[in-house]
Amino acid sequence: MSDQPGRIAKRFAELAASGRKAVIPYLVAGDPAADISVPLMHRLVQAGADIIELGVPFSDPMAEGPTIQRGHERALDKGIRLRDALAMVAEFREQDNDTPVLLMGYANPVVGMGFARFADSASEAGLDALLTVDMPPEEVEALNTELKRRGLDNIFLVAPTTPPERVEKITEVATGFVYYVSLKGVTGAGHLDVDSVSEHVALIRRYTQLPVAVGFGIKDAESAARVARDADGVVVGSALVQLMADRAAAGAGQDEILEAAARLLADIRAGVDSVAPLEAVGGAERQAAD
Amino acid sequence: MNQITTDLLAATPDDAGRFGDYGGRYVSETLIAALEELDSLYNRLSRDPDFQREFDEDLAHYVGRPSPLYEAKRWSDMLGGARIFFKREDLNHTGAHKVNNTVGQALLAKHMGKKRIIAETGAGQHGVASATIAARLGMECHVFMGEEDVHRQSLNVYRMKLLGAEVVPVTSGTRTLKDAMNEAMRDWVTNVDNTFYIIGTVAGPAPYPRLVRDFQSVIGREARAQSLAMTGKLPDALVACVGGGSNAIGLFYPFLSDEGVAMYGVEAGGDGLATGRHAAPLSAGTPGVLHGNKTYLMQDEDGQILHTHSVSAGLDYPGVGPEHAWLKDMGRVEYVAADDTETLAAFHEVTRTEGIMPALETAHALAYTARLAPTMGRDQVIVVNLSGRGDKDINTVARLDGIEL
Repeated sequence: MSDQPGRIAKRFAELAASGRKAVIPYLVAGDPAADISVPLMHRLVQAGADIIELGVPFSDPMAEGPTIQRGHERALDKGIRLRDALAMVAEFREQDNDTPVLLMGYANPVVGMGFARFADSASEAGLDALLTVDMPPEEVEALNTELKRRGLDNIFLVAPTTPPERVEKITEVATGFVYYVSLKGVTGAGHLDVDSVSEHVALIRRYTQLPVAVGFGIKDAESAARVARDADGVVVGSALVQLMADRAAAGAGQDEILEAAARLLADIRAGVDSVAPLEAVGGAERQAAD
Repeated sequence: MNQITTDLLAATPDDAGRFGDYGGRYVSETLIAALEELDSLYNRLSRDPDFQREFDEDLAHYVGRPSPLYEAKRWSDMLGGARIFFKREDLNHTGAHKVNNTVGQALLAKHMGKKRIIAETGAGQHGVASATIAARLGMECHVFMGEEDVHRQSLNVYRMKLLGAEVVPVTSGTRTLKDAMNEAMRDWVTNVDNTFYIIGTVAGPAPYPRLVRDFQSVIGREARAQSLAMTGKLPDALVACVGGGSNAIGLFYPFLSDEGVAMYGVEAGGDGLATGRHAAPLSAGTPGVLHGNKTYLMQDEDGQILHTHSVSAGLDYPGVGPEHAWLKDMGRVEYVAADDTETLAAFHEVTRTEGIMPALETAHALAYTARLAPTMGRDQVIVVNLSGRGDKDINTVARLDGIEL
């Protein structure tokens, strides 16, 4: 592996230098249409996305709420599998060599491909990181060895139920950034507790210098703004998946769906930017960047 | 075959919940703390004589244990081979082995102060057993059941409602047992503070495979003593059906280090293994990760879980408990499959010759016994786990026989 900082570290460093927070959209590879994902990734970047999180469709997405479950089912119906998601990353890289891309999914497709083959294919495609929902640190040793060999980050979740000593254990194996799950529940649930997010982000920072992104309950500019006060990045998933599914169901064409997705992303970008620079104005990083 | 010594048994699963390479705790981070809490509580209570006494008393006075070991003489004579004995789990309260486990887990829930229980169910037997124990302990109970199974097992759905449980039809994925388990996990992750998840089989994240095995092992312990008393020796063979595998592990476990006892786990062959329309991961699957554990799965080459098919809702599951995966690789248990047709034939045969109507799940074990017994001598003994009664399946059997009730 190379000692050069990866795209994720580089992106967070750039953001910190300009006092901004990362906006991280999640999409299911191949949803709502098999050929929409690569144009969508480019469009989201233009609209202000800093990192792209690409969901790998799985038959049994246990951590997902109904919205993203249906996204997985639609993508599977169109024949989209892990290797197709990797092909999308490779195609995205033909035009964008800077924006970090991470895959988010479940263990079994990666187990099925084999850890070594996955790491090789992912690295060749230009992927930056993997987040496997159902592979906590206790189960990850063999996978991490292969990811490290190809310089890929492994992103881990920290949950509201994670006790402090476990946060330490997780941050010992985590690279790239730490993903804080903002609520007890599945993706797209509606009970975000901002105070609890604030406490937990502070707890994570006691153990690691890695950036902390927050996801699971963020659906609009307002909730994104509230979370961005404490976090280094916000993930928006279900709101985006739902919006595109609704447009597709109403018969919208690809351009119209991309346009709607870009508008939502821009809105979230504005929400995040409305608070983030204020916090950093007095900060050394901001002044240095100015 | 690798010998399973008592030392190896005592060390399995290990502290990480692994049976060889299988098992483990493949769940999202939100559930880890709850599983660790359950693990440490169970480590303590499983060595606590008061807890064991409480469990044993419930088994005796509420479940009705010990269940009899019954010699099926007419059926044995008809098959013309080994003497066949049925371990009568169908005579338990609620009509199947499932209740042994729900009684045990409900005691754990009580010790943890949880007032709300959830469960997944396929055939409805585990759902009924969970609803039953919830009614007895005054707990709120939600049972997740695939929409297709809700239709297949309408009688059990109504039983659960009578017991005060809420039955939640699951409409995602294949609308069967695996999707019910996904939905139960989603509920648990949302309500983890006040909810105890009673998993119905020896699968799922650690410590479930171990604790469900321990609660079900009463089957094998009784069968071992009964067999010695009635035949003067250990059985030559044990036969049990395997979906997730809890009744099979319950029977097998206390015999694992007895080298002379052959064991057969019978999976659901559906339309036949060659058709791909079955639910037999040990016979025709490959290792992977699903529902919190590494085990044999029915999956495609991309790691997507395949649709399963079986006449019995309780075996219609693409995975299997990790201890079975380990026992298969060790060569200790032979895993075979019985298809829908021979299962239905065995159902009728045992009903007509012994006056015992087995559950369709159980009839898979009987179908294999019908193949095995004639190959053995008259002085040899087979113990079959008669894991559940067939009342719940009468509508299905009638439909398959072309009869309208």
